[in-house]
Amino acid sequence: MSIWEYANPVRFMGWTGRLLPWLWGGAALLVVGGLVWGFFFTPDDFRMGSTVKIIYLHVPSALMAINGWFVMVVASLIWLIRRHHVSALVARAAAPVGAVMTVVGLVTGAVWGQPMWGTWWVWDPRLTSFFVLFLFYLGYIALWQAIEDPDAAADLTSVLALVGGVFAILSRYAVLFWNQGLHQGATLSLDAEENIADVFWLPLVTTMAGFGLLFLALVLTRARMHVRLRRARARMLRTRVA
Amino acid sequence: MIALLLRDLRLAVRAGGGFGLALAFFTILAVLTPFAVGPETPLLARIAPGVLWLGALLACLLSLDRLLALDAADGTLELLAVAPLPLEGAVAAKAAAHWIVTGLPLALLAPVLGVLLSLPGQGAWVLTLSLGIGTPALSFIGAFGAALTAGVQRGGLLMALIVLPLYVPTLIFGAEAAGRAARGADPATPLMLLGAVSLGCVALMPLAAAAALRVNLR
Repeated sequence: MSIWEYANPVRFMGWTGRLLPWLWGGAALLVVGGLVWGFFFTPDDFRMGSTVKIIYLHVPSALMAINGWFVMVVASLIWLIRRHHVSALVARAAAPVGAVMTVVGLVTGAVWGQPMWGTWWVWDPRLTSFFVLFLFYLGYIALWQAIEDPDAAADLTSVLALVGGVFAILSRYAVLFWNQGLHQGATLSLDAEENIADVFWLPLVTTMAGFGLLFLALVLTRARMHVRLRRARARMLRTRVA
Repeated sequence: MIALLLRDLRLAVRAGGGFGLALAFFTILAVLTPFAVGPETPLLARIAPGVLWLGALLACLLSLDRLLALDAADGTLELLAVAPLPLEGAVAAKAAAHWIVTGLPLALLAPVLGVLLSLPGQGAWVLTLSLGIGTPALSFIGAFGAALTAGVQRGGLLMALIVLPLYVPTLIFGAEAAGRAARGADPATPLMLLGAVSLGCVALMPLAAAAALRVNLR
């Protein structure tokens, strides 16, 4: 049996239906647990005070905002190559979730920036490229909504997701060229010598994992909604013909 | 391919409302700028490269809906799709024609408007150069946007929403090159990067645009 059998809509509805309660549970546990841990049981940063705690929302949402587009690119590729309808619907379902994650990242960043940098917004490379990413999401969602025929819409948005992915990365580095910024560098990377201190790191990783599960749960729930919408539409067409 | 290019050029020049409108729009934008921000020379000189680049971007965008929509409406695109010329080539020819009637005149007109906006000496030439290098990217990315929205009625705003974020790298490098020259710095690096973006778009965007067109013609 190949992995592609899970992409059959009936099977997809089956296994996601069984998996989703666990995903939602895990997401709730990790996000709430990580946030409570981060907000109430970690010390204040010696320079940033308690504002540092926004990091437990800011970093995970930003992470999932970027990965959201990555999910769309992979799902679009699978749709273009193997024509699994569920894959196109997953790409469609991921876009609003990614857009919301982008907004959460931008807003928490603004709230954090106000006390730290003395301004809600600066035209810093990271902030700017995130804003551009948000615009990409908007265009993608608008294209889905504008096209009537579901297969044509899936094809066109897939091409847009691929091209947009390339341009999002290009914009990211073009923006670096344009302006130097206030945003600190990454405090958490696999290859860095010195990372963020463990007291902050552990709850942060917890909320990051939680946001990953939350993202997955949201996307699968939305994809199931789209599958059901398709079924309802098909049934409506059938009864009209009969 | 050349015949198609010539046909599009002739249509743009002879059929009313295409050729020249983008230029007029570009000029009006340059005239409106001092009204909006005030007539102080240092301020105008400082923002002139950015304003002119933005004007070029918008002028290009406004003329995009004529790039494919008319041909999609009257069935020319179907004929092009079954012609021996690959659709990629047809799209490339149409984008090139679009560049010749909008991007190229914009680049040639830019130094005059630069003088109006008191852009200092060397800046005007680099502005022309940067527009000359960068506007092909605008036309070819625009062709992709037009191909995506060819099947949508009144897709103008949708196309703007899709195309403008894709213009970000071109705008950054182009305006940076012109701005650096206006400040007296060396514009070579952004110009080279702009050339890279432009060449990449000319090479790759016809593929994406043709893929989108095939879906719309299905």
